[in-house]
Amino acid sequence: MGTVDWSRALTEMTLAFHILFATVGVGVPLFISLAEWLGIRKKDRHYSLMARRWARGFVITVAVGVVTGTCIGLQLSLLWPEFMRLAGHIVSLPLFLETFAFFFEAIFLGIYLYTWDRYSNPYLHWLLTLPVMIGSSGSALFITTVNAFMNTPQGFAVREGKLTDIDPLAAMFNPATPSKVLHVLFSAYLTVAFLLGMIAAFSMLRGRKDEYYRKSLRLNMTAAAILAVATIGIGDMSAQFLAKEQPEKLAAAEWHFDTGERASLIVGGRLNPVTQEIAGALEIPWALSLLATHSLDGTVVGLNDFPRKDWPPLYVHYLFDAMVGIGFYLLAVPILFLALLIIKRWNAYNRFVLACALAGGPLALLAIELGWFYAEVGRQPWIIRGYLRVSDAATTNSHVNLAFWLFAGLYAVLGVVCLFVLARLFRNQPAELELETRRIIL
Amino acid sequence: MAIEQLGIAVLWSFLYGYLIVASIDFGAGFYAYYGRISGVETVIAPVISRYLSPVWEVTNVFLVFFFVGIVGFFPETAHYYGTALLIPGSIALLLLAVRGSFYAFANYGVNKNSFYLLAYGATGLLIPAALSTVFTISEGGFLTVRGNDVFLLMEELFYSTYSWAVVLLALSSVLFISSTFLTYYAARANDPKALEQMRRFALWGGVPTIISSLFVFIALRNHNLEHFQRTLDVWWLFGLSLVSFIIAIWFIWNRRSYGTAFVMVLLQFAFAFYGYGISHMPYLLYPYLTLYGGVTNPVMGRALVIAFVAGFALLVPSLVLLLKMFLFNARYVKGDLA
Ligand code: HDD
Ligand code: HEM
Ligand code: HEM
Repeated sequence: MGTVDWSRALTEMTLAFHILFATVGVGVPLFISLAEWLGIRKKDRHYSLMARRWARGFVITVAVGVVTGTCIGLQLSLLWPEFMRLAGHIVSLPLFLETFAFFFEAIFLGIYLYTWDRYSNPYLHWLLTLPVMIGSSGSALFITTVNAFMNTPQGFAVREGKLTDIDPLAAMFNPATPSKVLHVLFSAYLTVAFLLGMIAAFSMLRGRKDEYYRKSLRLNMTAAAILAVATIGIGDMSAQFLAKEQPEKLAAAEWHFDTGERASLIVGGRLNPVTQEIAGALEIPWALSLLATHSLDGTVVGLNDFPRKDWPPLYVHYLFDAMVGIGFYLLAVPILFLALLIIKRWNAYNRFVLACALAGGPLALLAIELGWFYAEVGRQPWIIRGYLRVSDAATTNSHVNLAFWLFAGLYAVLGVVCLFVLARLFRNQPAELELETRRIIL
Repeated sequence: MAIEQLGIAVLWSFLYGYLIVASIDFGAGFYAYYGRISGVETVIAPVISRYLSPVWEVTNVFLVFFFVGIVGFFPETAHYYGTALLIPGSIALLLLAVRGSFYAFANYGVNKNSFYLLAYGATGLLIPAALSTVFTISEGGFLTVRGNDVFLLMEELFYSTYSWAVVLLALSSVLFISSTFLTYYAARANDPKALEQMRRFALWGGVPTIISSLFVFIALRNHNLEHFQRTLDVWWLFGLSLVSFIIAIWFIWNRRSYGTAFVMVLLQFAFAFYGYGISHMPYLLYPYLTLYGGVTNPVMGRALVIAFVAGFALLVPSLVLLLKMFLFNARYVKGDLA
C-alpha cells in the first residue's frame, strides 16, 4: 500500500471510530433533557433517575468522543495537508464555529454534571441541558456542512490556478447541506433512542421487572417511532438531492448504468462488472424513478454518462441497501411495540419484542457506519468533488503506516476499556438499588 | 490592525489560555502520582479532583481551538507543519487521548488503580515535552523542504541543545504553574495540610523555571541569532515577567495572598509568552513561512474574525459562570457540595 492508501485507511479508521461516539454525543443530551423534564413535570422520580443514569454513562462516551475528535481534527492537517491548504481558504469558517460549539457544550456539561442538587428550583438545572444540546447538535451541524462542501463545493472560483470570489457562507450552505445535516441529526437521535431502549430491554430480558425499565422502554420506543419516520423521510430527501446534484453517487448505489425514465430499483444481487448484468436481485419496476424524482416517469442519470475513471466503487450498492433495510427495521420495531401497548391484548413486553429492541441498538450504529461509508466512498475518487482528487491531497510523508498502527492500537484499547467501564457502571449499580438508596417510593 | 496580526493575536491568546489550564491539569497529574507513592495522597487528591473534574473537557477544547484556528487563519501552515509533524503529532495525540479518556474512565467509572495514576502522571510530563517541540521546530533548522516535500530532521532535533532547553522549560513551567494554582486552591479550601505540601512544591518549582528560561535564552542565541536579537527589542516584557515572578514567590514565601501570587504567576507567563511571540514575528516558521505569506484570503479572514467576536461574546460569560461555580464558590471548593 502506498502513502495515499495508508492515509485513507487511517482516516477511515479514525472516523469510523469517532462517529460512533459522536452519534451518541449528539443524541444523548436530547434524551437526558427529555427525561429530566418529564421527571420534574410529572413529579416522577423514575424519569429523574433515568436522566442521572444516562448522564453518568454519557460522560464516558463523551470522553472517548472528545479524544477521538481531537485525533481526527489534527489528522486532517497531518494526513491531508493539501486538502486543508485549499479547503482552509473556503470552509474554515464552519470548522472554527464547530470549536465554539464544543466549547459551549463542554462548559455547560461540566456545570450540569456537578450541580444536580444545587438548585432549589429543579427547572434551573434542567435549563443547563439546553446549551449542552445546542452545543452538540451545533457541532454536528457545522462539521456536516464541511462534509457537504466536499460533495457539492461552491462559494469560490478558480482563475488561473488561483482561488477567487470566496464566499464562506455560500460554501457552508451548499446544495448538500440541508438534506445532509437533517439526516445526520435525526439518524443520531434515532440511534440513541434505540441504544437507550436497548439497555432497558436488556435488563428486562435478564429478569428485572421494575416499572423503571418499562417507562424507559416506552419513552424510547415512542421517540424511536417518530424519529424513524423522520429519518426515512429525510433519507428520501437525500436520495432526491443526489439524483439532482450528485447523480453518480446514487447511480453507483443503485447499479443504474443507462440514463432513462421509469428506472427500476435494484435490491441486493450480484453484478458482472464487464457486461453490467445483474443477477439474483429483486427488481422493483419504476421505483427508482419514484424515489429519485417522485414521479413514475422521471429521468434518472446513469453511470455510463460519466467517464469510468470518475466512477465510485460499485460495492456501495450493498452499503446503501443495508442502511435502508435497517431503517425499515428500526421503524417496524417501535410500531409493533406501540401497537401491542395500545391493543392491550398481548403483553407488549414479551421476550420477542424485547429481543427486537435489543438488536436495534447495534443495528442502528451499524446503519450509521454504512451510511457514512456509502456517502464517503460514493464520493470517490474526489476529496472535493470536481476539484481535488484524493490522490493529490494526501501527505507526502512516508511514515503513515506507522501512524496507522499506533492509532489502531489506541482505538482497540479505548474501545475495549470503554465497553468494560460502561458495562461495570450499569451492572454494579442496577436501577433498583439506586431507587432504594434514593428512597423512591413505588 | 491587519487581519493577519489580529488572527495571530487571537490564536496566541488561546494558546496562552491552553498553556495555563493545561499546565494546571498536567502538573496535577504529576502531583497526584507523587502523592500516591509518597503516601500523602489523601492530602492532595481531593483538592485536585474537585477542581479538575468539571473542567478537563474545557482544557482540551483550548487546544482544538488553536489547531483548527491556525489552519483557518493560515492555511499554509497545514502544508509545512502538517507534513513534517505526522509522527510527533500522532504521538502527542496518542498521549492526549490516553490521558483524557483514562481520566474519565477512572473518575466516573468505578475503581482507581495505580497503573491508571502512573499513566496519568507520566502523560502529564510527556505531553508538554512533546508539544513544546513545535516551538523548537518553528525556530527553523529542523526541516528540509524539497519541492512539495517537507521532512523533519529528527536527529538534529534530538541532538540540539536548544530543543532540550525548551523541553526543560516546559516541564518546569508546568510544575510551577500547577503548584501555585493548587496552593491557592488548597488555601481557599481551608486545607492546611495540602496547602503546606503544595506551597513547598511551588517554592521548589520556581528555581528550575528561572534557570531553564535563562538557559533557553542562551541556547536561542546560538540557534537563531535573528530571533534572539528581536527578543532584545522587547527586553522590558521579559523584565516585567521576572518582576512578576519575584513578587509571586515573595507572597508564597511569606504565606500570604496566595490568590495574588497566582495572578502574578499568570502575569509572569503572559509577559514571557507574549514577549516570545512578538519577537517571533513575522515568522510562523523560520525561514519558510511568514504571517503575510501564509495568511488566508481577506474574505475568510474577516468572516473568522466576526465569528470569533460573536463566539467570544458567548464564551466569556459561560466561562465566568463555570469559574464562579467551581473556583469561586467557597462551599464547592471546600467540598461541602458534592
Ligand atoms: C440510523 C441510521 C440511518 C438510517 C436508518 C438511514 N440512514 Fe441514510 N444515512 C445515515 C444514517 C441512516 C447517515 C450516517 O447519517 C448518512 C451518512 C452521510 C449522511 O449524510 O448521512 C446517511 C446517508 C444517506 C444518503 C447519502 C446522502 C449523501 O451522500 O448526501 C442517502 C441517499 C440516504 N442516507 C438515504 C437513506 C434512506 C432512503 C433511508 C431509508 C430507510 C436511510 N437513509 C436510513
Ligand atoms: C458528522 C459527523 C460528526 C459528528 C456528528 C461529530 C460530532 C462530535 C461530537 C458530538 C463531539 C463531542 C463529543 C461530545 O462532546 O459528546 C465531537 C468531538 C470532536 N469532533 Fe466530531 N463529529 C463528526 C465528525 C468529525 C470530523 C470529521 C472532525 C474533524 C474535523 C471532527 C472533529 C472533532 C473534534 C476536534 C472533537 C473534539 C472536540 C473537543 O475537544 O471537545 N468531528 N464530534
Ligand atoms: C463523521 C462522519 C464521517 C465519517 C464516518 C467519514 C468516513 C469516511 C470514510 C470511510 C472515508 C474513506 C473513503 C474511502 O477511502 O473510500 C472518508 C474519507 C475522507 N473524509 Fe470522511 N467521513 C465523515 C465525515 C467527514 C467530514 C465532516 C470531513 C471533513 C471535514 C471528512 C473528511 C474526509 C477526508 C479528508 C477523507 C479522505 C479522502 C477519502 O479517502 O475520501 N469526512 N471519510
